[in-house]
Formats: sequence, structure tokens, C-alpha cells
Amino acid sequence: MKPKHIFSVFLITLLLNCQKEKPHLSRIEGTKIEITDSLETNKAIDSFIKPFRDHLNKDLDSVISYSVDTYTKNDGELNTALGNLLADLVYEEANPIFNSRTGKNIDMVLLNHGGIRSILSKGNITKRTAFEIMPFENSLVVAEVKGRNILGAVDYLRRAKRAHPISRLQIILDKDYNLKEASINGQPIDSTKTYYIATNDYLFNGGDHMDFFKPYDSLYVLNYKVRNAILDYFIKKDTIAPKADNRFIVKEK
Amino acid sequence: MKRREFLQNTSAATAMVALGSVGLQSFITKPTVTQITVLHTNDVHSHIDPFGPEDGRNANKGGVARRASLIESIRRENPNTLLLDAGDIFQGTPYFNYYGGELEFKLMSKMKYDASTIGNHDFDNGIDGLYAQLPHADFEFICSNYDFSNTVMDTQVKPYKIFTKENIKIGVFGLGIELDGLVDKNMYKETVYLNPVEIAQDMSRILKEQEKCDLIICLSHLGYHYEYDKIDDLKLASQTKNIDLIIGGHTHTFLPKPTITKNSEGKNMLVNQVGCYGLNLGRIDFFFDTDKNKEATGTTIIV
Repeated sequence: MKPKHIFSVFLITLLLNCQKEKPHLSRIEGTKIEITDSLETNKAIDSFIKPFRDHLNKDLDSVISYSVDTYTKNDGELNTALGNLLADLVYEEANPIFNSRTGKNIDMVLLNHGGIRSILSKGNITKRTAFEIMPFENSLVVAEVKGRNILGAVDYLRRAKRAHPISRLQIILDKDYNLKEASINGQPIDSTKTYYIATNDYLFNGGDHMDFFKPYDSLYVLNYKVRNAILDYFIKKDTIAPKADNRFIVKEK
Repeated sequence: MKRREFLQNTSAATAMVALGSVGLQSFITKPTVTQITVLHTNDVHSHIDPFGPEDGRNANKGGVARRASLIESIRRENPNTLLLDAGDIFQGTPYFNYYGGELEFKLMSKMKYDASTIGNHDFDNGIDGLYAQLPHADFEFICSNYDFSNTVMDTQVKPYKIFTKENIKIGVFGLGIELDGLVDKNMYKETVYLNPVEIAQDMSRILKEQEKCDLIICLSHLGYHYEYDKIDDLKLASQTKNIDLIIGGHTHTFLPKPTITKNSEGKNMLVNQVGCYGLNLGRIDFFFDTDKNKEATGTTIIV
């Protein structure tokens, strides 16, 4: 063996010996760095994003309908034009899908007031509007339940005193917010009869403490996002002009 | 005896350099300190562009292109940097709805992320939707407690991975949250959730005893803390040993600084989480010393 090789072997031995000795963790330092506009924008990354951003913005800003007024979820006490629009459009868009799969029809729709995340402004409606109103990915489901579940929903709505969006269900309260009348399709609710209630998966799973869906008989998952229902409806309609009505009201006498 | 001490003080990497140049100069250097920088994000939720100036809460904050330049400058300062994400890469802006996560993965690859674990929202386009985007990710997916055997994700996700930076072996494993009740079964399909505490105990044992790691990191999407008995990062920390750092997610917890907590052996360790939407980058620096004299002094944690 040449001296050079012997030296190499010696070094490798050293190296192996070194590896056996565990380095000691002597110090740990932790910090949080805020990402703010004081940081430089990485040009290469930004120009990589640009075509994606441009395409997305162009599509989101494309006009799909027109709103005759500005509507908010706080325009009324127990029902609002905006809430009614959303619940009604869910029925209009989801019922044909449900009917074609099951031969049955949706009896009522229930959404939640908190799920309306933005106002609907007067003027052009774009795809972005639908993303603003409904940024979440919740999907529509139809639960087959008994009338007693529906009565549970009515009681929830009565106590909540909020304009949770409903469609095809009518609730009339007296001045003390006690139930006067609850009906679907003009008929009082029969606690043993079967009903099909459309809602979103979040609420069906007990979101907003909506515990009345359970026990249920069947669940039909439509694989149809709430936002897509909104988009499909807006695309179909030239003009959006919803109204508050008497679907959920207090009657003094 | 003196010589033995000096051998210990020489890092393997330094010896390698010496081997190449057949020089002995490095042997007269002082005890070496190796700095490992761990950078991390969680719950970025498809936030690619910065928040606009009108945003009520996060005006002008966040943005991938800014995060990229920050990461780049830290890497320049210390090449021994590991970049990790604790899941929920997907969902939250129209970028996800339009491109299904493609852009998120491509940008993380460009920023040279080393690994990510899997969050519940990463199943939002179904397990098939996640699988479809994998070709765009040049980084590892690490999750130890989801059994993907009967799904398309089988073999795509590693239970753990070892990164070697200079002479330091860093073992990373991942933990996902219970999917039942959180994600529709149609989305996660036959993914089986395994007990995170048992898995963490197994993983930390393998990484410490078999793989002889110097540093063990858990990428968790369990959540920082729940008042009720659901498993979380703090509970996990107290029921396991040998983990140096838990990088958390899911609860969008903005910790002002990493939490120092005790493991099952009463040893100090760190749990960190940096909120969400790419508003912050977490940075933890680990300094390894080969000075035998310092070993007795234990580990100093500065947060």
C-alpha cells in the first residue's frame, strides 16, 4: 500500500469514528417571520403565477347576470330577499337532479344565515359574486326524514329568530314567537309522514347546532356544490330581483 | 486521549473535504457547530396572491412570491435548511377551484419544499383529486397514520423520511387527523386512520433507535389543542418521547412564538404552528455541537 492510500484509510477510519459520536443538540432558536409587503417579490415566481392569475381573473370577472338592487342577509328579521333567493334557487337547481335520480321531489330547503358570506350588490353579477357569497365548498344533500324532524327544524328556526334561508316551508309565529302555523305545500306538517329536505352537508352534519336532521331514514348526496347551484342559476337568469315575503313571519293577530 | 477528543470535534463533512484536498488544515479548527434551519408553513389553503389592501384582517399580507424570496435568502444564509408544510395546502381561493391544486404543488416545488403531510382539506377533490395532482409535486408526502393500502395513494406517501444535512440525520414523520365526521367518506374512500399516539411512539422509536436520527420532527395535522379529549399536538407531545419538534396545523393557531412543552420523559420540546394562509413562515434553528464539554449543559431553547 502506498503511503497516500494508508493515509486515506486512516482518514476513512477517522470519519467512521466521528460518525459514531453523536453531535449534541446544544441550542434551539424559534421565531415567526411575517410575510408582509416589506419582503421582496420573487420575480420568477410571480411571472410563473401570472398566466394562471390572469386566466382566473378574466373568468371570475365575466358577467353572468344582473342584480336590480343591493341585497344583504340583514335586510329582514325572519326572511330576506337574499336568503329567499338562495333557498329558492337551491330548490330550482337541485330538485331536477334529485327527481331524475329518485323519482321523488324535494319538499323543503333549509340553509343557514351565517353561510351567506357576502352581499349581492346592484349591477353586474360575475362569477366572482358567487365565490364571495359562497366561498365554502359545501355540497347539497337531501335527507329523507319524518315530519317530527321537520317540526324540530321549525322549533329551531322559531328559537333562533334569525333569517335562516328556507324554501317551500312556511312558518307563522305569534307576537311572542310561539308557533302559530307551520306548513309545507299548504299542508300542516304530519309528524309521521316522510319528507325530503334539501340542505348542505355542513348543516346536515350538525353545523350551527342543527341537530334535528337525526335520526334520518336516508341521505342522498347530490355531489353538487352550493356555489355551483348559485352559478348555474345566475347563468340561466338575465336579471335577479328577489323579494322578502311571508314564508317566515310574525303575525300579531 | 487528547487526540480522541480532537477526532470527535471534527465533523464528517469537514473530514470529507480534507480527504478531497489531502489537507490537514481542517483538523486544527475548533469544535464544529452545525446549524439546521427548519422552515415551515401550515394551512396555506391555496393562498397564492397576497391579501389585497382592502382586506379587513390581513391587508397586504401573505403571498407566495414574497415567501419564496424570504426562503431563498434564508437558504443563502444557511444551505442546511429544511422546508416543510403541515397540510391543508388545498382549498380556500378560486385557484383551487380552477386548477385543482396544480398551481399550489408547482409553486411548492419551485420553492423547494422538502415534504408535506396531508390535511383533511387535501381530500376536498377526493382522494383521486389529490392523486391526480401528485405529478406536480417534487416533494415528499409524509403521513404515518393513514393507511392508504386500498387506495390510489398506496405507495405515494411515506410513513417517514430521513434527511441528512452535513452530519445531521433528521427524521420526519407525519400525522393526519381523524377523517370520519370531518371529510365525506366518498372523498377519502378506503383510507384508514390509525391511532396517532401509537404511531408516533412507533415512529419516534424507529427514528431514534434504528435510524439513529439526531433530530426528530413530527409534521402534524391534528390541531394545536382541544379542551375535550380529542388528540392534539400538546397531548401528543406529553405522551411521546424523542420528538424534538411538532410542526402543527389544522386549528389555524397563530402562536406568537413556539410553545415549549414537556414530553413523556419530562424533557423540553417544541410545538409550533404559524396560523394559516401563508401569512407567516415558522423558523426553528437547531445548533448541533461536537464539543464534548458542552454536552453536560443540555439544550438551551430560545424562543
